[in-house]
This record gives sequence, structure tokens and C-alpha cells, in this order.
Amino acid sequence: MAQTQNTSLLSAALIGPALLGAVTKLDPRQMVKNPVMFVVEVVAAFTTLLFLRDLVTGGQDLGFTGQIILWLWFTVLFANFAEAVAEGRGKAQAESLRRTRTETTAKRLAGAAAAPGGPLTAYETVPGDGLKVGDVVLVEAGDVIPSDGEVIEGIASVNEAAITGESAPVIRESGGDRSAVTGGTQVLSDWIRVRITAAAGSTFIDRMIALVEGAARQKTPNEIALNILLAGLTIVFVFAVGSIPSFASYAGGAIPLAVLVALFVTLIPTTIGALLSAIGIAGMDRLVRFNVLAMSGRAVEAAGDVDTLLLDKTGTITLGNRQATEFRPVRGVTPATLADAAQLASLADETPEGRSIVVLAKEAHGIRARDMARDMGSLAATFVPFTAQSRMSGIDIDGSSIRKGAVEAVIASLESAPALVGVGAAARVLQPRLDPAAAAEVRAIAEEIAKAGGTPLAVARDGKLLGVVHLKDIVKGGIAERFAELRRMGIRTVMITGDNPMTAAAIAAEAGVDDFLAQATPEDKLALIRREQAQGKLVAMCGDGTNDAPALAQADVGVAMNTGTVAAREAGNMVDLDSDPTKLIEIVEIGKQLLMTRGALTTFSIANDVAKYFAIIPAMFVGLYPQLQALNVMGLASPQSAILSAIIFNALIIVALIPLALRGVSYRAVGAAALLRRNLLIYGLGGILVPFAGIKLIDLAVSALHLA
Amino acid sequence: MIQGWTLAGWIQIALFCAIVLALVKPLGLYMTRVFTGARTPLSPLLRPVECGLYRLAGIDERHEQHWLTYAGAMLVFHAAGFVLLYGILRLQAVLPLNPADQGAVAPDLAFNTAVSFVTNTNWQNYGGESTLSYLSQMLGLTHQNFLSAATGIALAVALIRGFSRASSRTVGSFWVDLTRCTLYVLLPLCIAYTLFLVWQGVPQTLAPYAEATTLEGGQQTIALGPVASQVAIKMLGTNGGGFFNANAAHPFENPTAWSNLVQMVSIFALGAALTNVFGRMVGDERQGWAILAAMGVLFLAGVAITYAAEGAGNPLLNALGLQGGNLEGKELRFGIPGSALFAVVTTAASCGAVNAMHDAFTALGGLIPLVNMQLGEIIVGGVGAGLYGMLVFVVVAIFVAGLMVGRTPEYLGKKIEAREVKMAMLAILCLPLMMLGFTALATVLPAGLSGPANAGPHGFSEILYGFTSAAANNGSAFAGLSGNTPFYNLTLGAGMLVGRFFVIIPALAIAGSLAAKKTVPASAGTFPTHGGLFVGLLVGVILIVGGLTFFPSLALGPIVEHLAGAAGQTFAAAGG
Repeated sequence: MAQTQNTSLLSAALIGPALLGAVTKLDPRQMVKNPVMFVVEVVAAFTTLLFLRDLVTGGQDLGFTGQIILWLWFTVLFANFAEAVAEGRGKAQAESLRRTRTETTAKRLAGAAAAPGGPLTAYETVPGDGLKVGDVVLVEAGDVIPSDGEVIEGIASVNEAAITGESAPVIRESGGDRSAVTGGTQVLSDWIRVRITAAAGSTFIDRMIALVEGAARQKTPNEIALNILLAGLTIVFVFAVGSIPSFASYAGGAIPLAVLVALFVTLIPTTIGALLSAIGIAGMDRLVRFNVLAMSGRAVEAAGDVDTLLLDKTGTITLGNRQATEFRPVRGVTPATLADAAQLASLADETPEGRSIVVLAKEAHGIRARDMARDMGSLAATFVPFTAQSRMSGIDIDGSSIRKGAVEAVIASLESAPALVGVGAAARVLQPRLDPAAAAEVRAIAEEIAKAGGTPLAVARDGKLLGVVHLKDIVKGGIAERFAELRRMGIRTVMITGDNPMTAAAIAAEAGVDDFLAQATPEDKLALIRREQAQGKLVAMCGDGTNDAPALAQADVGVAMNTGTVAAREAGNMVDLDSDPTKLIEIVEIGKQLLMTRGALTTFSIANDVAKYFAIIPAMFVGLYPQLQALNVMGLASPQSAILSAIIFNALIIVALIPLALRGVSYRAVGAAALLRRNLLIYGLGGILVPFAGIKLIDLAVSALHLA
Repeated sequence: MIQGWTLAGWIQIALFCAIVLALVKPLGLYMTRVFTGARTPLSPLLRPVECGLYRLAGIDERHEQHWLTYAGAMLVFHAAGFVLLYGILRLQAVLPLNPADQGAVAPDLAFNTAVSFVTNTNWQNYGGESTLSYLSQMLGLTHQNFLSAATGIALAVALIRGFSRASSRTVGSFWVDLTRCTLYVLLPLCIAYTLFLVWQGVPQTLAPYAEATTLEGGQQTIALGPVASQVAIKMLGTNGGGFFNANAAHPFENPTAWSNLVQMVSIFALGAALTNVFGRMVGDERQGWAILAAMGVLFLAGVAITYAAEGAGNPLLNALGLQGGNLEGKELRFGIPGSALFAVVTTAASCGAVNAMHDAFTALGGLIPLVNMQLGEIIVGGVGAGLYGMLVFVVVAIFVAGLMVGRTPEYLGKKIEAREVKMAMLAILCLPLMMLGFTALATVLPAGLSGPANAGPHGFSEILYGFTSAAANNGSAFAGLSGNTPFYNLTLGAGMLVGRFFVIIPALAIAGSLAAKKTVPASAGTFPTHGGLFVGLLVGVILIVGGLTFFPSLALGPIVEHLAGAAGQTFAAAGG
């Protein structure tokens, strides 16, 4: 799917099908979903019938009436066109998705073979769409995963370009938070045993296709409310226009039906009525372009309303890994000695933290990383890997023993029984020589580092504490500005972290979040969301693990990472295909943009009525009371050209606003008051003034062409 | 300065505005205490009475009602009030306190009058002194004046509770609100007010009409009665039904310039103060001031236009060399500013008392009162009714423009959703249906066409004004319309009922649904509703949604009359 590539708003390839769609959508069964445009269609059909009767029996002003009817139909068609264009963009994406959904076969494992550890050869080959939920299949290198599922055994690299557009392979493995696989993606290496979690036709790709096509589109709560308002306004204008024939007869005249219809159709909110569904579809589409799939329009709307954003520290606020930034030796030890020991202890440490220690020692103290192979061989080095019990790692090299690890763990190990260091014949027993003063000093340094938001790592050699390495969480560049922006939008950010409160507070201060939740468990997260919601706030969060699922389901906007577990993906109401948690911020902006566009066009549509009244009322009544010519403030050429110009303007403004409806009103984080002032000026005041100019211009054209 | 305006006139208008504004805070504070059940200075005196009334009626004052129960209580109470009033009017001939020997009121007129007073409209198809007994006036009309006013305030308070409460099933108790409003607010104010009016020369007597011999030796009957007590509540409760047919133009109802000023102030006092009650109860007085500001903008625009039009006078007469403003149908003791201001106040506020004949106003001068009512009398409005009518427009304005800040619409922390919009539109729809629908009917039916006294656009305005006044529960008349016919009695009555209850019940539904919602705390992203921007938006939505609905009818009535008059044309031919 080429979602990063920005198709132009109205490319030629989209217009053809959209024109056709505009006509097929005239089907009343479809039109009735849009009350305002349905009313226009009914009125247009009715006047067409009367017009045809008049054509046969002969009537007055047939040319004029015919033109009005023509523009009534154009009004309906333009509305349908807007919707068809919006849908067309989604359809194009759905097409490319469909192409990736090829016929697959599956290697189904039954009985004992289905259990992890079972034999891998006893499979039967079945068609991919014959799989049921709960079936277990084997997927080997080169196979296409037949349906959505969860890896229950094995590890494999998978090409998920079909759904993410990203061709770099990703790792999928059993257990942990990367166990979900998607039907239609391809295993590149190794094999996995997968339990199927979605039946044929309801897989992730199927849902994506339905979503981008708009087939599963339902009206959102705000759209429903807006439709009620528009229907109400339409009824108000039924009264306003419906009472005119009586009033005219009192004044001793009659108003032609076509003129009444023209007034009615121009007054009812056709502009927003025509563009409402296009705005909604375009909003979902913008998310899809952003590689985020919203499971419902309701979720997009909720995104605009979010009051509180829960952000995981790691990966969202800070770069995923902590990095060594400083060596802090105890008294009597030079920084270089500490750096040297720390580097040695980290040589075999493949974690990003370990590598950063090696790099820092090289950069800050000029200590070159040893040639591992040579050291290993000639120096008889033994690496001691990190375990959850010891909470330390290190190296026994050249007759000495170096350890690094959590401060308390290192100190505790030095206090305990004599350590056996070295290997083979070189092994000897060292007396623990824990210096209480050094321990106190290390603890003091460690506390200082923790207060600053860092993680202290004690280093000891041969039972002697050398000092502390300062590992620091690196806050992402520019993130503080983003949070300031969110604050101006009125959104509170809360950082979620497993760190202790002291560390969390320091990072929270550096990143500029409004609040933090330290030592957070999944239960804490859920409780926080509930607490915020009890205050009436809407909460957004993202997560990937199974233990995030309850919180994702509870949050008003829960963005599940595509790399996450099946449980997380099911619980969220959005899925981020790129698995980038920072995107929450953009999702909120897209939600706001959608709501703003809807509001702006509603305001514009209603404000337009002022000018239309001044065009049509004098034209309508000037035959009854010539004095009302004074209300013709636009100086329109004749009553007929005035009425025609108003209805033409009313139809053309729909087309003119399609790009805005699809693109959305631009959102700026400047606070609600400034935003409102700007939009009221443009769409409110502009909505009053623009049609005066527009109708006048059309009137000039209409009278120049002698259309009326 | 625009022709027709004088400095002295504007000083009167400014004085009026200053007094009303000065009363907003103290009255608002007092009423807030009354309706939140807090102690007031009058509590030592009135609390025992209040408790006694609850015991008598078997009401538990702590028991609050769901909005549907509240609405049910209100409807039952009004139905009973209607039956009582209808009965009194029909039976007044045999009941006591009838020194002028008034006969029974005709069924259609009794229906119209009973509906009119129960709905706080007080349309007068009767002449008070020539139709009603003292008992009818006091027990029937004055009684309903109090209760329909108290009902309006009670409903406004219920709607305010909808905004101020969160996650609540109830909106208050109708019986408690009604009792407290009558006992603590209306009665004490009316007693003081009545004494002031008596001092100014308004009669307050149960003695029969006075017989006088004129200088020519002829016999004249001078109508008297318990006038002052009824006038007090008629103004304070924005009822507007006069004791006499001439209403506040009658020297016994409104004798002096002072009584005129105080009567105008009293029409606005409670309605304006309710905006402050609103602000206080939702915890931000600025919200109340913003609403009052929107009302104020529309009010001052109306006053400026009416005053200018009346001050400039009739162009046809001016063309004949007659200078000065339009004094036709006005009392000289009030003059042009006093009459123009009174006309705008009484129609802005659903009062309907008149101290000049609106029918005799210039076309534009008469246009403003008409527009004031067509907007739904939300400019200060009828006591309570003005506030809940305005809040209905606020719901629509917020819904239309609220999205433009990038959030789903919310007002004072309450999300405005489908249910609120539906109810608000229902309330807004019923007014044009009644006003335009019945006018359309009356302008084609012979029974309707026999009503207006004038031909042409002015006759049209008379019919339109009648139905507008009824549906808006105003009660003032463009005097030209002869409304005491079965057709007008019934259609106007229907207009009043729909205009009252089809606004009240949706407003209560909004209250119930809002009270049940959580309150979203405000943030930098919240739509600001206390500043000038919001006031401008609200005024714009009111004028476009409320005003444009009536533009065709106004064009065929006052606007064309104004344009024709300016061009020196008249519409003399009978039948238009």
C-alpha cells in the first residue's frame, strides 16, 4: 500500500469513477441516509414531473424553470460527486490491498502436532480460507501466513510490507509482545507454529479493506447530532417557504413553484449536507495515509476530544535505550581506571547500554576497545553474563575479576562470601575487601545520579568498588516542544514508566510532561485511566503488550501497535501499522482537524443564507410590491437572473469546497480562543460576505449569456 | 445624531439600563440563595410558612424529581390552574365580588383567556373593566400571574441545575421551586411594589366603579378596582395582562413618568438577574454576564431603531410639512422615548403590557417589537422563559460553531450531543410553525381576513403580530386586530399552548439529559464561552437561525410598508 505517497486531491484517475458514482448514488435508498440532500432530490424530482407536464400542456417561463430544475439536479449530483471522490481515494487503497491478498494454502497441524514441541512434519495441506479459529498451522520460510494468528512456538522474520508498506522484515516470536502475525504477510526465514485467531473474511486485511473502502462506515455520534440539526433547519425553512404562497395571495399575487423551490433549496444547509460524509471519509483517509487504522469514525472523533494523553516513557519520550554519559570514580580512583574497567566488563555485553559504555570509554578517555578475539584467546577471559538473580555481569580476565551492575547488587556481592575468580589453574580466592567508606561514597553518587533521572551502575574490580557509570535516558529531541504544543491544545500529558519516582520525576521535568506515573503496573495504568474518566476526561494511550489490553480497551482512544500481541490489537480502537507511539500526537491533530472542518463548513453553510435571502426575496416579491426592489442590495439584473444566480451559486459552492472538505481545515495549536476567532472570521464572516460577491458575479455572467 | 434621537431621550434609556444592571447582582445573589435552599434575610419570617405549606400539601422538600416527573408535575399543575380559571370566568356572574354585575364570559373567550394567563401570555381578547368581575381579576388572573411567572422561573432554575450538576438523575423539585419562588421572590417584591404604585396614584380598592358627573352634566362611569396589586405582578412576572383594556397606557395603571420607569425596570429585573443566578450556580458569574451581554446587544439595537423610527415620525405626514416624531397612539406623559423604550422592553421580555398602541407605530418602529417576539423572546425574556429560551439558542450556537475549536461541542463542561440538539431544534421549530403557520391560514381564510382593521401590508402585520405575540407568550397586540372571534380565540389559544409547552418540555428534557452527564473540566482547548467572541457568535446565530426564518413575512409586512411610506405610497384599497 502506497500510503506515504500523497495522491493529489483530485487526480484524473479518481474523477472518472467518481462521476459515475455521483449518478449511481441518486438511488433514493442511498440518498435517504443524507436527509438534506434527499429532500433536494425529492423536490427536484417533483418539479421535474410538473415541468414535464407543463412541457406537454404548455406553460410560462419554461426555459427559466428548466434551468432551475437543471441546477437542482446539479446540486444533488455535486453532493454525490463529493462523496464518491472521498470514497474513491479509499477504494484505490483497498484495491492495492486486495492485490496482496492472494490465494494461500496452509499447513494444518492436528492432534499432537498442534501442541508446541510436537512433530513438524505431520501436517495436511488445506486451502487458507478453510481454516477455523483455533486451528494450528505451520508456516515455514517462503510461506504466506494464511490468516491472522498468534505465534505459539518459534521465531521468524516476517515481511509485513503488505500492510505497512515497509519492506524491512520484522521479528515475530512466541511469548512476549511480538506474537501477533497478520494473514497475507510472508515468513522470510525460520518457521513458526501459529494458532489462527481470525476466520476467513474477518482477518485484519479484510477489515482494513472494509475500513478504507468505507463499507463499514457508520455515522459517528457527532454526525448524527449534526444531521438532526440540519434536518431541523430544513424543517424551519419548510415553514418559512411553505407559508409564502398564503402571504402572496393576501398581497394579491402568486409565486411560481420553481421560484419557491429555488428559495427553499438555497436556504436549507445543502453545502454542509453535501460535504458531511466526504469530510468524515477524508478524515479516516488521512489517518490511513498516516499508516493508522481507525476501527470506527467514532474513535477519530474521540481523538479530537482527548484531554489526557498517556505516553510510555521508553520509545515515546526517550530513545529506547539508556546510554552511558559519565564515569564517576570514588576517591582515589582515576576516571581512566574506572573507564578501563567498565569497558572491559562491557566488552561482551551486547545490550545497547553495554555498547554505549564501550563507546564512551573510547570517546572520553581514548581507551580503544580491545580486540575481542585476541583478548579472549591470550588473556584467558571469561564473560559472566547478566542474570536476574545476580543482577550483575562482568568479566574475569587476566587474573582479575570485574563486575558491573545495580549498585546494591554489587555492594551486596562484595559483602557476602569470598568470591572465586579466575579459571582453571589461575583460580584463586579473594578476600572481600569492601571498604565501608567507598560503599557510602558509591551510594551517594548513585543517589545523585538517580535524582537527575539517570541509572547508576556500580563497577568493582577484585572486590574493590571503583565507581559508578552514569546511564542516562536520552529524551528525544524536540519532544518538549511537542508537549508544549499539546498543552496549548489543552491536552495534559502523563508519562508512564517502570522507573522509580525519583528517576521518573527528573525525566518528566526534562521532557516537559505534565505528570508521570512511576513504577507503573498494568493495574496502575487502568486505575489512572478510570480516574481521569471519572472526572469526565477522555483518555488516549498506546500499547502493545497483552497486559496493556485492559487499559487499551478502557481508554477512549487506544492505539495498538501493529507489532503488538493479538490481545492488544483487539482491545484498541486504532492500530498503528508503523508501531510508532509518538503518532498519538498526530492522531489527536487529525481528529481535531476533522471536527474543525465539519464545524467550519456548517458555519459557512448557514452564514450563506443571508446573501441568498437578499438575492431571492426581492426578486420573488417585486411583482407584488415594486418597493421591495430596495432590498436588491447586490443590484442583480432581473428577478429571474437573481434567482438563477442564487441557485447556481448554491450548487457551485459545493464543488468549490470539495478540496477543503477532503484536505481539512488546517489545525494550529494556538489555543481554543485564537482558533475560534480565526475560524469565525474566515468561515462565519466569510460565509456571510462570499456569497454576495459570488452571486453578483454569477448574475453578471447569467445576464451576459442571456440565460435569464 | 440620527434624526429623531434626543439627548434627553437617550438619558432616559441609559438611566433605565443602569438601574437594571445595578439590580442584576443583588437580585441574582438573593435568588441563588433561594433556589439553592440557603438561608436568606427573609427566612426567619417565611421559613415557617414554607414548611407549613409543605406539610399541608404532603410534600417532602428533600425529595427531588427526575425531569419527566418534574414536567409531569408542571403539566398537572397547569391543567388544574386552567380548569380553575376557566370555571371562575364562566361562573363569575354567580360568584361574589362582582359589583359591576359582569355576565359570564363566553366559552371561546374564556378558553382563550384561561390559556392566555396559564401560559404567561396574557393576551387580552377581553376588556378588563367591561368583562371581568373583581373576583375574576384577583382570584383568577392575579393568581395565575403569580404562578405562571413562578413556573417560568422554576423551569429556568431546573435547566440551570442541568448545567451545574454532574451525573445526577434529578433536576430539583417542581413543588419546592414553585413555592420558594412565589414566597421568597415574587410576594415580597410585589408587596413593596404595590405600595409604590398606590403612592403614585394607582387605585387599590374593592369599591364599585365610581359614577361622576362631567362638566357638561353627562354621567360617566369610572372603572376602579384592586389595580395596583395586579399591576405589580403583571410587570414583575412579565405577564402583561392589564386590569384595564388600555393596559399601561391607562392613567390608573401607569399614572406618571416615575411609575413608567419603575414598571419598565420591573419587567426586566428578574429576567436579567436570572442570568446572574445562572452564572453563580454554574460557578462562573462571567458565563451569566456573557449571556446578558448578548441580550443587551440585541436589546440596544432594537431600542435604537425603534426610537429613531418613532422620533423621525411618519414620512407621509413629514412630507405635508408636519415636523416632529410620531405621537399617534402614544401617551404624552411618556413621550416618544418612554413609549419606544417601553415597546421594546415589553416585547423583548414576553411581558406584553403596552403603554402605547404598537399598531400606530411607524413601520420600522413596529418591526422591532415583532422581531423581538419572533426571536422567541430571549432578550431578557419572560421571567425564566427568556433564560431557557436563550440557553436553547446557546445549545444550537455551540453546536454549530463549537466544532471549530477541534472538539465535539461542549458548553460549561457538558457535551452537546444528539439528544440536546434534537430537543433544542424541537423548541426552536414550534415557534415558526405557530407564527407562520397560523398567519398563513388566517391570510387565506375569510374568518382570518375579517380580523385586521387595515388593508395592505399593515393588515398583514396585524395578523402576523397577533400570532407571533401568542406563540411567543407575549400578549401584546397590534391593536388593530379584532381577535375576539371564535377563529382567533381558538387559533391564538393553540398558538399560546404550543409556544409555551413545546418549549418548556424540550428545555426540561435538555436539563435532565445534561444533569445526567459528567462535567468535562475546562482546558486551553475548551471553547471559551465568557468573552466577546462568544457573545458575537450567539447574536449571529440568533439573528440568522431565528431571524431569517421570518424574513419573507417581515418583507411583506413592515418592510414593504416602510419602503412604500418612504416613497409616499399608501394602501387604502380595502382587502389589500
